Amino acid sequence: MAIAKKAIVWGLFAAGGTVSSFVFPALIALFLFIATGNTPEGLQFEQFHAFASSWLGKACLFIVLFLSLWHAAHRLRVVAHDFGIRKDALVANAVYTVAAIGSVLAAFYLIGIG
Amino acid sequence: MSRKPYVRTMSTTTWYMRNGRYKVYVLRELTSFLVAFYCFLTIFALAALASDSPDRWNAFLASQQGTGMVIFHALALLYFLFFQTMPWFKLAPKAMPVQLGEKKLPDSFIIIGHYVAWVILSAFIFWLAGVI
Repeated sequence: MAIAKKAIVWGLFAAGGTVSSFVFPALIALFLFIATGNTPEGLQFEQFHAFASSWLGKACLFIVLFLSLWHAAHRLRVVAHDFGIRKDALVANAVYTVAAIGSVLAAFYLIGIG
Repeated sequence: MSRKPYVRTMSTTTWYMRNGRYKVYVLRELTSFLVAFYCFLTIFALAALASDSPDRWNAFLASQQGTGMVIFHALALLYFLFFQTMPWFKLAPKAMPVQLGEKKLPDSFIIIGHYVAWVILSAFIFWLAGVI
C-alpha cells in the first residue's frame, strides 16, 4: 500500500477510535434509557427531529458515524486476521465497502431529515 | 539458513487462548463489533427519523424496548467502557506524547485530561438529550 493511502486509513482509524471512545458510552447509555421505556425528553420526536434538522446537529451525527464506521472497519479487518482469515484483500474490500455504505446511508437519511 | 528451519506450530484461530495478555488483546479488539453495531443502530434510528413521521419514530422507540435490550445495552456499556474507552485513554500518552521544551508532560496528566474531557462531553450529550 502506498504511504499516502496508509496515512489516510491510519488517520481515520485514530480519529474514529478517539471519537467512539469519547462518545459511545453516552450513546449506549441513551439506547439503555430508551430500552427501559424512559426515553429522555431530547429523544422524543419533536426535539430530536429539531436537533437532526439543524446543520450543526447533522454535522455532529455524521462526523461521529463516519469516523466510527471507518474505525470499526479497520479494526474488524485486523480481527478477521486474528481469527485465522488470511484473505486480507477480500476482507479489506468487504469491511471498507460496508463502512462506505453506512456512511452514504447516514448522509442520505440526515439530508432527508427536516 | 538451515535446510529444515524450525517453524513453531501455532493455531491461526485459537492462538490467543494460550496467554492471558493475548486474551485481553482479543477482548479489546472485539469491541470493534460494538462500534459497528451501534453505528448501524443509530443509522437505523435516523432512517425512522427521516420519515418525518412521529408515529414512525415512536414505533422505532417501542421496538427498542424490553428486558432483553436493557440487559444487552447494560452489558455492552460495561464491556465498552472497560475494553475500549479505558484502554484508549491509557494509550493516549503513548500515541501523542506532549513535549514542553526539554520536558515531557507526565502521562498521568494526559490520561486524567482525557477522563475530564470525557466526563464533560458525556454530561453535554446527556444535557442535549434531556437526561440531566
